[in-house]
Amino acid sequence: MGKVIVVTSGKGGVGKTTSTAALGAALAQTGLKVALIDFDVGLRNLDLIMGAERRVVFDLVNVVQGQAKLSQALIRDKRIDTLFLLPASQTRDKDALTEEGVGKVVAPLKEKFDYVLCDSPAGIERGAQLAMRFADDAVIVTNPEVSSVRDSDRIIGLLDSKTVKAEKGEEIGKHVLVTRYDAARAARGEMLGIADVLEILSVPLLGIVPENQAVLRASNLGSPVTLNEPTNIAAKAYLDAARRLTGEAVPMVMPSERKGFLDRLLGRKAA
Amino acid sequence: MSILDLFKRRGTAPVARERLQLLLAYERNSRGKPDLVAVLREEILAVIAKHVTVDQDDVQISMERGERVSTLEIDIQIPNQAALAA
Repeated sequence: MGKVIVVTSGKGGVGKTTSTAALGAALAQTGLKVALIDFDVGLRNLDLIMGAERRVVFDLVNVVQGQAKLSQALIRDKRIDTLFLLPASQTRDKDALTEEGVGKVVAPLKEKFDYVLCDSPAGIERGAQLAMRFADDAVIVTNPEVSSVRDSDRIIGLLDSKTVKAEKGEEIGKHVLVTRYDAARAARGEMLGIADVLEILSVPLLGIVPENQAVLRASNLGSPVTLNEPTNIAAKAYLDAARRLTGEAVPMVMPSERKGFLDRLLGRKAA
Repeated sequence: MSILDLFKRRGTAPVARERLQLLLAYERNSRGKPDLVAVLREEILAVIAKHVTVDQDDVQISMERGERVSTLEIDIQIPNQAALAA
């Protein structure tokens, strides 16, 4: 029996889809069977980030409404054969999903896969609540920035009240993934530090993904960053975070302010 | 990525632009209209169903949308007469 993990944030644009793709690929790169579900009905993008946008035949709504079998709608990744994607529908609105329908999709996936990652839409409405509904664990993607932290707090409240697990009186596993972290700006006091974020949210840290150009390059190419540039520091942060998700104890590496070649040449100071 | 790539790399933005142009051209064109691939799929399956009973599990459909041509691959396992008679 696999584990269902929702990747959520409340706020939009913090890196949910990028993180779903990177964590999913990182897990599958170790040989685990992974299914990614895009819950952002009407505004799907996980297909694009995964480079599968031209191969979508059926989607989540087709499966929920019985027009396609789950096995027909899953798209197998061309690079990792244990990685699958269930795209969101682009044409229908969020009301096309029902709790019962989503449950009927998630349950068999949980049987067949080691991990089912649910990419949540932004917001705290129905779509976001359906994405988290059957989750065992949650990855809360947070930027070190006031509005993102506030929205993460709001989402944590929903995770503790609106999920099946919470309603049964069990605790949903929560992990904060800080993305777009800029160590130099944090050191200058321009950006919230990791300690600030963790203290405010009081949720354990899954990883720190530094702001890095490789992430945009990966999106441009439609290849998760952990596959596209596995030795890059942002990719390594995702690879480590994925290992922590499986329960492995991986020491946390605090991104340090790395001076660029030009900075060193010109003797610029970062702090 | 090798050191050589660092020098010859022209950036990934052109790839992103091409992927987006292709995708958006398709999506804008199909907005409000029934999806051609979906229509073909339905009708092809309906024709098959008129002559033989096919289990939905025995139908595999894959697609690859290209710039000039798209391919729709429908793999249907049709039970042969002998199997049906048995």
